[in-house]
Amino acid sequence: MIYLDNAATSFPKPSETLQFLNDFVTGIGGNPGRSGHTLSLEAARIIFNVREKLTSFIGMEDSERLIFTQNGTESLNMALLGLLRENDHVVTTSMEHNSVMRPLEFLHRQRGVSYTTVQCSTEGFLDMDDLVRSMRKNTKAVVINHGSNMTGAIQPIELIKDLIGDTLLIVDACQTIGSVPIDMGSANIDILCFSCHKSLFSIQGVGAIYVRREIDLTPLKFGGTGSKSESIEHPSLMPDKYECGTPNTPGIASLLGGLTFIENEGLEKITKKKGALRDMLVKGLRDIEEVVVYGHGASRSQSHLAVISFNIVNKLSSETGYELNKRSIYTRVGLHCSPVAHQTMGTFPKGTVRVAPGYLTEEGDVGSFLGAVREIAER
Amino acid sequence: MQKDKTIFILFHTIHDVLRMEKILKKQEIIHELVPVPRNLSSDCGMCIKLDDDVEKIRHHLENFEVERSFSFDGGTYEPIDL
Repeated sequence: MIYLDNAATSFPKPSETLQFLNDFVTGIGGNPGRSGHTLSLEAARIIFNVREKLTSFIGMEDSERLIFTQNGTESLNMALLGLLRENDHVVTTSMEHNSVMRPLEFLHRQRGVSYTTVQCSTEGFLDMDDLVRSMRKNTKAVVINHGSNMTGAIQPIELIKDLIGDTLLIVDACQTIGSVPIDMGSANIDILCFSCHKSLFSIQGVGAIYVRREIDLTPLKFGGTGSKSESIEHPSLMPDKYECGTPNTPGIASLLGGLTFIENEGLEKITKKKGALRDMLVKGLRDIEEVVVYGHGASRSQSHLAVISFNIVNKLSSETGYELNKRSIYTRVGLHCSPVAHQTMGTFPKGTVRVAPGYLTEEGDVGSFLGAVREIAER
Repeated sequence: MQKDKTIFILFHTIHDVLRMEKILKKQEIIHELVPVPRNLSSDCGMCIKLDDDVEKIRHHLENFEVERSFSFDGGTYEPIDL
């Protein structure tokens, strides 16, 4: 079995993930902060520790401003629906996932929010002049996919924030976090949204959002927090303001394992290995005559994640994916919840095959994958 | 504050309780996390019970929004300002 769908979720997980998950489920199991007993308190301590560690991982200090969510989509919904009001304008790009496009379209139809989608190159890069030209007086935020889930193109976040000034920068870091360093402080990112089950190695069902000071989002959910229980008014202090109902404590505990693994390995080493796997894949695929690789121009290879979209000429992406699956090689085919990105790449509506190795992918697996693609292409 | 009295410090969130716990542990200040006494609040959360000199933590409290605090002499809880 060769798993190459790490852009959807990482698999396998490091043993640390399973260890922390197991320790919580078998040894603690309490509902965090909901009761006065030891197991509830221990569960709350785990969440506190992960919150502190993850806040530090993204270069920030106020851990109460780091909110756990179910996934990257919930984080992005929280940012967009919590921030935008009638007559606000938003700038986004033509490389966004539906987790950005659908909330924006909803806000456009329901709240009278307008948005401009700046066209990116077929590689997936944003033109800075076009970005600046799209800004209006009422532009409240720029929301941008840090690393494309299609071409792996990484946008220059620091430069973008320099250009947009005080306009809020909302970053979708689902693909980049844990793959390349992200320092919210130095990049001046205002709101960072991400999933934790990809390159941060938690189990599925964990995401997070960090909201800088001075930014107030209207919560999407209201309910029990274990605090202020005497009042029917929802708490106004973070993190309780945005976290209500029983959280995914097992998932958050597993994230502590993932973060511990990353800390022990070193992010630099992870970035380097994934870069090497990316280069091997891009070169290997380009060496097959019948294969078209989208993006990943040679001069920009350092600005791409290990996420590669391709097609075999005269084959549907679904056929290629089916043939790979028969060989127990798992990729993702179709539109990847990103119709606008496919339009940008010129692959809409046929879609592509996406191959995404992870840090735990072996070079031999990449070799076997390339051999299989060649065999399928030459049939 | 007199050393012979126990201090109860209530925070708005469990996050702040644990943030204070981290400081107390690091500074080896004697404390305990206990359920908020029901006669002080109907809240179902936890609070800090401080068995050490409150002066040791006073400057740390500047970075917290303390909900309320009390001095306990074994019989009654006296509201105090920290």
